[in-house]
This record gives sequence, structure tokens and C-alpha cells, in this order.
Amino acid sequence: MESLERIKARAEEAVPGATIKIIPNASPANQPSLLIDSDHTLAVVQFLRNDAALRLDFCSNVTGVDWLDRTVTTKVKVKTLIDGEEKEIEQPQVENFPGYLETVYHLYSIALKHGPVVIRLRTADRADGVHLPSLTPVYRSAEFQEREIFDLYGIRFHGHPDLRRILMWDEFVDHPMRKDYREPDDYEYEPTPHDEVLERAKEHYAARPQLDGAENLAADEHG
Amino acid sequence: MNEGLLSELKKQGIFVTSLQELYNWGRLNSIWPLQFGLACCAIEMIATAASRYDLARFGGEVFRPSPRQADLIIVAGTVTKKMAPQVVRLYNQMPDPKYVIAMGACAISGGPFKQGYNVLKGIDRYIPVDVYIPGCPPRPEALLHAFMELQRKIEEQRLTGAGKADHLEASLPSEFPVPAFGEHDLQPPANPALFRPPAVERN
Amino acid sequence: MSVGFHELAEAPPRAMSSRLEGELLEVSLGPQHPSTHGVFRMNVALDGEIVRKLKPVFGYLHRNHEQIGENTSYLGSMPYTDRLDYFCSMTNNWAYALSVEKLAGIEVPERAEYLRVILAELTRLQNHTSLLGFLLSDMGAWGTPLMYAFREREKILDLFESLSGSRMMCDYMRFGGCRVDAGADWMERAEKVADGFPRFLDEFEKLITSNEILLARTQEVGRISAELAVNAGLTGPILRACGVNYDLRKVDGYGIYPRFKFRVPLGDHGDCYDRLMMRALEMRESLGILQQAFAQIPAGPVMNPKVKIRAFKPPAGEAYGRIEGPKGELGFYLISDGSANPYRYRVRPPSFINLTVLEDMCLGHTVADVMVILGSIDIVMGEVDR
Ligand code: SF4
Repeated sequence: MESLERIKARAEEAVPGATIKIIPNASPANQPSLLIDSDHTLAVVQFLRNDAALRLDFCSNVTGVDWLDRTVTTKVKVKTLIDGEEKEIEQPQVENFPGYLETVYHLYSIALKHGPVVIRLRTADRADGVHLPSLTPVYRSAEFQEREIFDLYGIRFHGHPDLRRILMWDEFVDHPMRKDYREPDDYEYEPTPHDEVLERAKEHYAARPQLDGAENLAADEHG
Repeated sequence: MNEGLLSELKKQGIFVTSLQELYNWGRLNSIWPLQFGLACCAIEMIATAASRYDLARFGGEVFRPSPRQADLIIVAGTVTKKMAPQVVRLYNQMPDPKYVIAMGACAISGGPFKQGYNVLKGIDRYIPVDVYIPGCPPRPEALLHAFMELQRKIEEQRLTGAGKADHLEASLPSEFPVPAFGEHDLQPPANPALFRPPAVERN
Repeated sequence: MSVGFHELAEAPPRAMSSRLEGELLEVSLGPQHPSTHGVFRMNVALDGEIVRKLKPVFGYLHRNHEQIGENTSYLGSMPYTDRLDYFCSMTNNWAYALSVEKLAGIEVPERAEYLRVILAELTRLQNHTSLLGFLLSDMGAWGTPLMYAFREREKILDLFESLSGSRMMCDYMRFGGCRVDAGADWMERAEKVADGFPRFLDEFEKLITSNEILLARTQEVGRISAELAVNAGLTGPILRACGVNYDLRKVDGYGIYPRFKFRVPLGDHGDCYDRLMMRALEMRESLGILQQAFAQIPAGPVMNPKVKIRAFKPPAGEAYGRIEGPKGELGFYLISDGSANPYRYRVRPPSFINLTVLEDMCLGHTVADVMVILGSIDIVMGEVDR
């Protein structure tokens, strides 16, 4: 299969206006991916499917990922004047990365037996801008998987023929696979809780009954 | 009846029994389970009924597809919150006397999936359970053991008097309310009349 | 009054009959149904007995596997994978181990690779046998074929049990190898089981291939075209029943599969009968692979000593690994942020995605056929809903 750079270049050529970014993957698996902008997704994916050298006719796996807002604090060295003398001091610099939701598609070619080409789509944010184009019109196999992502992550796919909850019941309002979801507090706690579970378990501990000291007297009497 | 007299009569070829014993003997050797599987444990349930373990030796091979014909529901597998109302409904549709076996860690307490947001932490929150078998999954032998345990229980049930069996007590309920789907959880999360978890006491 | 055969034959075709024009009847099949293989539910709209619409309803066994996987260590997820497709814990283990090995770049010793192949093919045997048993009972052969199938399955489960300690939930593979080695006596027993299997297969095939009822119930039922099958992401025996040659053991050549000689059976109608035969033929090929593996397996360690499976922290990055499970392409997609738990843990469940075209398969057939079609897809709810 041709290199990802070439695929990117050819796709950008075939679909004018499309912006595609290569997301590197540092792990030994070495499966880098293509980040496609939401406005041209369908055209790019159609190109990937129909191009004679690629023929990515099989969309194997569709995944939702939740990336929370992150703040990264880095120390930067700045030069300032202190008492008329120029000194280098370290200052913390706080950077905010807004969170987003992401869908990842793994495309393969059954006709030419190669792959995967991994493509990703990102939403604008995690609250209102959670719209993404659906790939179901191109690949039927995305139908249920996108419904699942809608159910568990709350991404709204436009162009999806039947976007309903699939795993949870219809009355359910949360999106439980989001990283900030808290499930209902409905279980008894383990005998040896720790960390987070311990904090939540404490709320369920009954207070010891108030002792009035009578049992000490009884113990005294019997020596 | 006097034991000596009984054996004396038996020697003469006369067999005497009480109605209660006869009735229970008949019931305990023809328990019809509901053909109902939820998850992995159900496969072990099928294996129990299949050739090697042969549940038929205990009179329990007649799996009924309809709850209306079943005496026993084996809750074999993880009960999810989405499935729990259906399980209660199935239980309610069974005729009295009815028995419940909670098979596997999941049916007892949620088991390995206890932390799941969609997993019911034990079916005894909504319906009364007669026999619990731990295991993940319990081996077919364990299910047979539970079955025999249930037979023992049936054998001891009395038809009359103060300690008579629950299903003969008109004041006790034989159906339980079906939980509703709520916005975050089932409503109610447990049947308070049935499920009273112990409060953990710690300093 | 009874109806004679000639009268039935002369009955007017449906469209011309003077039946009342009514609405479609909506029926909910499941989640408690003897033939839905677990807690699967379908809402069907019926015209008489003919299915006009079918909507599957999922989620009755949604056990939050993926979320639990994200809150557990890499090793901690291994036993959970057993419970995905609870017929095939060994292949589930392998798929997960393979993905983690990709993610962290781990090598697997030779002997472990052979053990994995042996166990995966044994798993395929027992999965396909039970499937055929279940399928036949869905068609009305209640009990008997299933008894035979389970008799054979028990023999393989015994092997699993003596190797891993559990009949169904083996939790046997680790990233970097396998948990324990199999002794010479185990190999001998396994060989014996594999040698005895063809006899059962002959018997079983004789029972099914020429059985008139079976032919009538499966041929031309639930057909699907190759294009739709590829587009809908079908994998495994169902895809190959449509004539598409795509077997990951050949395509990806993961593990040491390129060393074995085997053929990939292909169908050409894409109907239930082809799907059924696909399983029967695949079992023969598995037996061939098993024989080669038993002959070739070398001695040596079964675990890569460099891998610390406890406190395991792969480098940040992501990996998608997949294998040819008995039901289709089973994949795991892992995103690591360098910590002890995966940031994202995703399972690509073959039985779930194979259900995408259930409606297309069933339209125009009778309700009774729906059960046969569903049985021929081979689903396990633990994997469908996770
Ligand atoms: S107890 Fe274990 S085997 Fe049984 S349903 Fe639960 S997870 Fe599956």
C-alpha cells in the first residue's frame, strides 16, 4: 500500500478544499492516522473507497473516544530585570487544551487485501458542538457502531438514517462512556475499598451506636 | 406415624404415606425449569441439561419456553438494568409454587461486572431467591447441587399448620412490582420490601 | 373439516386471494425466546407470516465491558475478554494479547505461538459444533443433534480445563506468551481428541447434508450479495459463504499461520445452507492445521521473560489488532496514554456487526425462517452487547 503521505496528497488533490492532517502514532504498532475535517469527510472517504489503488471497501471498526479538557503546566525560562540585573527565572506557563470527542474508523481493502488506513474525525468541543458527519451512507457497517457511539458518547451524526439509542434504554439521558460520567451510587462496597471507591464507600458506613459507658462498668464488675 | 408401625406394614406389603409427602415427592421430582438464559452461565446450564451431566436424572430436563408452564426460573447470567424488568415480569407470569435459583456471581451480586453502570447488582433486589450458587460460571455439578438443594427445600415444605409453605399463604405476595426505566437508573433501584442490605459498620 | 392436498395446491396465489386488507402485525420476538441465543430481541412487522420489517433491539446484556476495561490494568482485562464471546475464550484472549503485543512491541516465543494455534483451532471446532447443534434445534430437531454436539464439545472443554483450570473461562494467554506450558500427556490427549473428531464429523455431516427438511429450510433462505456483505462489514464464515475470499489467517498471517497449509472454503449463494456448510468445511481445515501443529511444535519457553505483565505500562500510542475468530474478525483497539490503564479500550465485536444486515436477510421470509437465519449468523450476546 502507498504511504500515508501520498494518500493524503492524493486525497487533497481529488477533493479540493479538504484539509487532512497526519496524526503520528509513537507506539511500536506504528499505525498513524489521518485527521479529516468534517466538511469534506464524505468526499474524502468516497475517494478512499473508490480510488483504484486504494479500494478501501471495508470499514472494520468504528470507535468513539472522549478527550477531556486538559491543562498542561510547563516551566519556561524567562529573562527579567531584578534589581537592575538581568536574571533568568523559571515561570510556570499554563496552557489549556479544550476537550473534544473523536471517532476513529479503521478501513481495510478486501479487494486488494491491504490496510489499515485509520481516519479520525473530531468534534468542536464536548458540549454543544458534538456533530459529526456519518459514514453510514458509504459504509453500512458503521450503522450500528455509530448508533452505539451516539448512545455512549453523545456524538450526533448527521446523515445517519436511524440515530437512536442502541444499548441503553430510550429514557436514559446520560452518555455513560464519557470520562466524566458518574454512575448511580447503587452498590454495596467491597470489603477492602481503596482510593476513589473508599471515598464513596465512606458515605455508606453506618455510624457506630453511641456508647454510654455501661459496658465498661460491666467489664469492671467481672474483673 | 410411628416408624415401627410403618416398617411393620411395609413388610406386609402395605405402603402408607401422608398426602404431604406424596405431594412433595411428586413436585420435587418433576421440576420444570424455564428455558431462560442470560449470559455465559446459561451455557453451563445447557451443558448441565446435555449429554454428560444429564439433568434428567433429577427430573429437571423439561425446559419450558413459556413461564406459564414453569416451576423454576434459573437466573443464569448477568442481569442488566435493561433486562431486570423483563426478568421480574417473567417471574410474575409463573404460576405458584415457583422457585428461583440465582446461578453465578452475576445473578447474585453483579459479579465481575459489578462496577458496570448498566448491571443490576443482584437479582434479589427485585425477586426472592431460593438457592444461590456462586461461581463464574458455576460448574454443572454446582448447578446439580443447587437443584438437589432446591429439592430438599421442597421436600420440607408443609401443606398445613403454622409453618406452611409461602405459596399457600394467601397474605404473602406472589408477584412483585416491575421496576421502571428512569433517567439515570431503574426506578426504584431495589424493592425495599424485599431487599434490605446490611449497613457497613466501620470506624 | 379437513383440507385435502389438492385443495391446498389449487388455492389462489396470495396476491389474488380475497383476504382482508389490514395493517401489519407488530410482534416482539425476545428478549426471552427459546431460539434467540440469549437475550436478543427483534421487533418484526408481519404480513400474515411474512416478515415485512425487522428491527433488532440490543442492550439486554450490555455489561459495560469497555468502560470496565478502561478502569482496569492491561492484565486485569484479560479475564474479562473470556466473557465476551463465552464460547471462544481462547480466541478472545489471543485477540487481546495480540493487540497489546502490537501496542508495546512484544515478541512471543515459538512454542507459545504453536500453543495458541492449537487452542484457537480447538476453539473453532467446539464453536462450530455447538453452532450446528443449536441451529438444528432452531429448525425443530429439538435436543438430539445438540446432545451429540455437546458430547464432542465436552471433550474439548476437558482439554481446556486440564490446561487452564476452567472449562469456559480459560484466561490462558498473556501478552508475551501463554500462562502455563502444556505437558506431553496433554498433547497426547489433544491429539487423540483431534483424531477422533472426523468420525463425529462424518456422522454429523451425513445427518445434515442430505436431510430433506434441512435443505428445504436453509437453501435460498436469507440470501445476501457479496457487495452488500462487504459493505456491511460482515466477516468470518458468513462473508465467505457469499464467495468473498477473506480469511485473516491468510490475509494478515498473524501468529505463525503462514507456516500451515490449509484451504479457505468459499460458498457461492450466500444463503443459510452455504453458511452452514462453511462451518462444516472449516472444521475439516482446522483439523488439518491441528495435525500439522502437533507434528511441528517445538520445545521451549512459553512466556517472553522480558515482559512484566504486572505493573505493565506500554508506551503512549495506539494499536488495532485483529484475528480471525470463529465468528469473524475480532479486533481490539487500544489507546495508551503511558499509564497502567488503557485510555480507550474498544472491542470490535464480529457478531454485533454481522447483525447489521439481519433485516435485509429476513425480509420476505417467514417468521420461522428468521430463527434459522439468526442461527446461521452465529451470535453470542456477550459479544453483541458487551
Ligand atoms: S457469573 Fe461469570 S460466567 Fe456467569 S454470567 Fe456472570 S460473568 Fe458470566
